[in-house]
Amino acid sequence: MDTSNANNTLHSVIESNYQYGFVTDIEMDVLPRGLSVETVIAISEKKNEPEWLLKWRLTAYRHFLRLLETQGMPEWQNFDLPAIDFQAISYYAAPKGKPVLNSLDDVEPELIATFEKLGISLTEQKMLSGVAVDAVFDSVSVATTFRKELNKLGIIFCSFSEAVKEHGDMVKKYLGSVVPATDNIFAALNAAVSSDGSFAYIPKGVHCPMELSTYFRINAGNSGQFERTLVIADEGSYVSYLEGCTAPQRDENQLHAAVVELIALKDAEIKYSTVQNWYPGDKDGKGGIYNFVTKRGICKGDGAKISWTQVETGSAITWKYPSVILKGDGSSAEFYSIAITKNKQVADTGTKMIHLGKNTKSRIISKGISAGEGQNSYRGLVHAGTNAINARNFTQCDSLLIGGTCGAHTFPYIEAKNKSVQIEHEATTTRIGEDQIFYLNQRGINTEKAVALIVNGYAKEVLNNLPMEFAVEAQKLLAISLEGSVG
Amino acid sequence: MLQIRGLHAAVNDKEILKGLDLVVKPGEVHAIMGPNGSGKSTTASVLAGNPGYIVTKGDIRFYDKDIVALKPEERAGEGIFMAFQYPVEIPGVSNINFLRTAIGETRAYKGLPPIETREFVRMFREKQHLLQFSKELAERSLNEGFSGGEKKRNEILQLAMLEPRLAILDETDSGLDIDALRIVSNGVNKLRSSANAFVLITHYQRLLEHIEPDFVHVLYKGRIVRSGTKELASELEIKGYDWLNDLPAALTDQN
Ligand SMILES: Nc1ncnc2c1ncn2[C@@H]1O[C@H](COP(=O)(O)OP(=O)(O)O)[C@@H](O)[C@H]1O
Ligand SMILES: [Mg+2]
Repeated sequence: MDTSNANNTLHSVIESNYQYGFVTDIEMDVLPRGLSVETVIAISEKKNEPEWLLKWRLTAYRHFLRLLETQGMPEWQNFDLPAIDFQAISYYAAPKGKPVLNSLDDVEPELIATFEKLGISLTEQKMLSGVAVDAVFDSVSVATTFRKELNKLGIIFCSFSEAVKEHGDMVKKYLGSVVPATDNIFAALNAAVSSDGSFAYIPKGVHCPMELSTYFRINAGNSGQFERTLVIADEGSYVSYLEGCTAPQRDENQLHAAVVELIALKDAEIKYSTVQNWYPGDKDGKGGIYNFVTKRGICKGDGAKISWTQVETGSAITWKYPSVILKGDGSSAEFYSIAITKNKQVADTGTKMIHLGKNTKSRIISKGISAGEGQNSYRGLVHAGTNAINARNFTQCDSLLIGGTCGAHTFPYIEAKNKSVQIEHEATTTRIGEDQIFYLNQRGINTEKAVALIVNGYAKEVLNNLPMEFAVEAQKLLAISLEGSVG
Repeated sequence: MLQIRGLHAAVNDKEILKGLDLVVKPGEVHAIMGPNGSGKSTTASVLAGNPGYIVTKGDIRFYDKDIVALKPEERAGEGIFMAFQYPVEIPGVSNINFLRTAIGETRAYKGLPPIETREFVRMFREKQHLLQFSKELAERSLNEGFSGGEKKRNEILQLAMLEPRLAILDETDSGLDIDALRIVSNGVNKLRSSANAFVLITHYQRLLEHIEPDFVHVLYKGRIVRSGTKELASELEIKGYDWLNDLPAALTDQN
């Protein structure tokens, strides 16, 4: 110990320990920067899309323009939204190569190597058993594994583009049914320019035997990623879905505006987990991903269940509210979240639980962790409609502060339209104290490990909800993201 | 094992220790007594390496190694343990998990492999029994919602598990009822060996009736002003500490 360092002030330090900041050098098919009707048409043409989809995109684009003109960018969030130059972004970037991929042999070796480097093996033999992956690289899906095995059970797991071609009716029926293109400005933009994403359908009564997962990688510079995920669980089925993401380290900000829609029919269950680790920017807040995502599920049938679990460690700004519409009677929903902000990162995240059906239940567990100059806001809405008799919600919203320069904020909103509703809300704020760190130090545990011990203890309830294989990974990720945030 | 020479230490720019000398050999038990505010806890904190306390002069050697520049966790690895006067609560971290981590880390410092689960469990049962520490408390979050006495007992449980070479107990007796005091003292007596040493900080003689010290020191205004054997403790019990005010300034204010 340096004895001249009087106070063991827990202060934010320098490096960001981002391990995925490399760039893959690969030949790309890139649309010139800029956003216009032509851009939208060009993307649709590249994908050989049916007429209805192009029309849907164009309507969305007009709505985007209208919103931008009449309302401008949103202002309700608890941070200053930086100006985004939509004309400076390229809306399509895809690795050149064979357009239709029937086997992994067709995938460029550089891409396979890139995903290997990210810890995602696309070679099935080498993969974590029990996890099927759809790998999305910039604007397109480059590989989906274990399709044959899944097909035998009638499960469809493929890229969004492929779903449009092969399962057009289903896509047409559900696309935009939970997150309409008019929902918000980023959802409108996504609908207009989204180029790929994942699609999953689990047939009636089928319990999906493996984790389905999408791994998103932004690689190209000056581009954005606008993917679209659609998961449909038919009556009585079950699926657990996982999403991971990383991006190279760049000085410029990059926009990621995704939309995820989940549809759970009668007695179906969807568990959707996210480990978000986009490049967060450097210690001074230079660079990093703007992660503006709309995620929403609907418990469409009675007894349906949707559970969101998210571990948000990356991005310069995270803005997302994975929500559930509890339409079916007796349906239930959960939201488990850990959001870490350090250096100059901002997270404004939470959920909306919209209770419409009778005897619906929701549970919200939010754990914010702020270090350095990070700002963490929980924003949550619990709404119970007039017919939502006996709707129940429990919300636990905790904030953990590391050091004295970070911030935690909570914005809970409650709307109850009938008297039978029961809503409970608990909130705590704690700071990791120097005395706690010293106590653990005195027992032989160094400061990094001490923080990891405290943070993991704090985040346990959420981590326990992740699929096993990923819980361990997420736990490590928490420790890594906080490395150097105390000193 | 421990040699403190001419130690001066400050906290928040205020000098608290003003030339402290102390030598502790393996197998010995030392008691440090003294009125409130004399610097007893400061001494413990400085030995443990609390970064809020700055050594301004003098040195501390532990087995001939200068430890002033060592981090607290390194000192723990060297075998220095401090039972806190006010143990902190750490929500979410289970007692057991914490103990396991602490043992793993101190072993790693010494170049030893991690402890096997079986051995850990065996050892834990033994020490838990020794200190009559309830299983329920062991599984709870570290010190969270523990009573004062439970916290103190947990300190000694940790001591027993970590098997340090030098243990500094800061007012472990305060907050303990007579039964708990007996259990804790009995535990400490069982842990005593020719290879380890204890420094008991207390301002009552009560503890010393249960754990017999080899030496008793009186700390006053940051210096040891008198040393003796256990009879000194009885003397203090009768005389109190007021007489210290009459000591010649030369004895207490030397800088
Ligand atoms: N963090 C601190 N800042 C300022 N003064 C302190 C601090 N800690 C202790 N002191 C002062 O140092 C002196 C010795 O305190 P301490 O070592 O706790 O005494 P003891 O344990 O003998 O009662 C007291 O005058 C106390 O007020
Ligand atoms: Mg004290």
